[in-house]
Amino acid sequence: MYALKLILRNALRHKLRTALTMLGIVIAVLAFGLLQTVVDAWYAGANAASDKRLITRNAISLVFPLPISYRDRLRQIDGIKSVSFANWFGGVYINERNFFPQFAVDPQTYFALYPEYKIAPEQLKAFLRDRRGCVVGRKLANLYGWKLGDVIPLRGTIYTGNWEFVVRAIYDGRDTSTDTAIFFFQWDYLNEAINRMYPRRANSVGVFVLQIDEADRAAEIARKVDATFKNSLAETLTETEKAFQLGFVSMTEAIVLAIRIVSFLVIFIIMAVMANTMAMSTRERLSEYATLKAIGFRPGFLLLLIFGESLIIALIAGTVGCLLTFPVARTFVAHTGTLFHVFNVSSQTILMQLGAAFVIGTVAAVVPSLRAARQGIAEGLRAIG
Amino acid sequence: MTVIVEARHLSKSYRRGEQLVPVLTDINLDIAEGEFLALMGPSGSGKSTLLNLIAGIDRPSAGSLRVQGLDIAALSESALAAWRAAAVGFIFQFYNLLPVLTAFENVELPLLLTPLTRRERREHVELALAMVGLADRAHHYPSELSGGQQQRVAIARAIITDPAILVADEPTGDLDRVSAADVLSLMNRLNTDLGKTIIMVTHDQRAARAARRIVHLDKGVLSDSDVEVETAVSH
Repeated sequence: MYALKLILRNALRHKLRTALTMLGIVIAVLAFGLLQTVVDAWYAGANAASDKRLITRNAISLVFPLPISYRDRLRQIDGIKSVSFANWFGGVYINERNFFPQFAVDPQTYFALYPEYKIAPEQLKAFLRDRRGCVVGRKLANLYGWKLGDVIPLRGTIYTGNWEFVVRAIYDGRDTSTDTAIFFFQWDYLNEAINRMYPRRANSVGVFVLQIDEADRAAEIARKVDATFKNSLAETLTETEKAFQLGFVSMTEAIVLAIRIVSFLVIFIIMAVMANTMAMSTRERLSEYATLKAIGFRPGFLLLLIFGESLIIALIAGTVGCLLTFPVARTFVAHTGTLFHVFNVSSQTILMQLGAAFVIGTVAAVVPSLRAARQGIAEGLRAIG
Repeated sequence: MTVIVEARHLSKSYRRGEQLVPVLTDINLDIAEGEFLALMGPSGSGKSTLLNLIAGIDRPSAGSLRVQGLDIAALSESALAAWRAAAVGFIFQFYNLLPVLTAFENVELPLLLTPLTRRERREHVELALAMVGLADRAHHYPSELSGGQQQRVAIARAIITDPAILVADEPTGDLDRVSAADVLSLMNRLNTDLGKTIIMVTHDQRAARAARRIVHLDKGVLSDSDVEVETAVSH
């Protein structure tokens, strides 16, 4: 208790110095948490993937479609429980800044494969009844103020022309990691228009989504699917949904790596600042530490004082930084529109932030505490703070 | 009279780069229990070094040093620290109080190394502060005390564990004349009334007169002809 009293009073001895050091740690820990959350958001799609869903696409490139006729053959393959499909639409809502994913999907099967998209049954029925209907995520609806019955115009880029859709359903996510910024509409609506405009491009899909019985058989079933279509006009590449999502992430891996590096650099910098603060404080108190040793206190007591002071400063500031991460993350994502579909500060991020604060406090105290512990008493008594 | 400090052929050198600088050379000195000894000498004569060796906060390079019959140079660091906590009270020129602790808490510090309960510690501290005339300043911080008051708090801290020896390094060096006289008077009372062995380093003739014996050091060597036994002048 006496040690704690000394630690707290020493920490508050130079209030301005301590306050500024803590402010630096708060900002550093906050920035670290925010950057780690950005990295998590990058991987959100992959992390939310189901291990019982496979994605089959054209083996050459995702840009090339697959014939819709593959569906029936896929259904025959042992281990596949259900088959659906989707086409990337890539339209523009008002202007290019309003980016969000748009998929033309098989309305009868798609949402059964994605139970994490929670749709009210009557809304799903309304969607199924309306060929022009669309299902939008809650985040999109809130962002653009869409309500049931609203007509949403999209300007096609891959499929040129002006398209109109009617909001028939708004889906919510089953949990916070579910992406609720996606726009779905009926594949038949798209296919009819393509048939009129570009008949040779009709009756093709971007990807097939396969639901399998057992996650352990994913590799085996994927091989079977690809073997089925080997040497055909459109050979397939089948992989788990997670691997498919990670394929997109890998295209921007350099950016993710840079963000990770910056997040750790921020911690390293504040560690140096904190180390300087503790070094200054210890230098000023060398004669006090020598007096304590002269009285009979062991070097371990000095280590306790210095580490204790450093850790209290770092952990209190780190905790504040963690708490501030939540409102700052909310503000950040509110200003980035749909750039990050899922942006949650995870418990792992909070643990990493607290861990970083602990490391800052510990590392900053190492050199000053060793110096104080090792310094000779007579030499320390001569020191001028 | 019992000899409490016995130094034989004591030497101390410090390494300054490649050079070995001798500070004390072949010191032979006996200090009796209950004695009030002043170590005098010009700056750099080694008097503080000798005091540090006797107090166990530095180690000799050669020779033997027995305090209370114990060869303190042979003790390990932790054993030496434990010995200091029990046997030595320190009075420094600049008081060396912890500024974040009150007078009470500063005096209580050495007692934290004892098995005394909190209540027992409080009783001891109150007694020590009363002895130095600062009972009403117990909860003041050092910054709220004058130099003389701070030195009296330091003296209370030095005597709180009832040590065998009090070592004082220029205890009046930072005080005005009146405060210095008060401090020396207090030290004199500790010696005459409580029988404390006091070893004091000073370059102040007035302070030296409070002691019963004055020993002179010059260039690290005891001046045999200057080992004097003088009657203490009470202030």
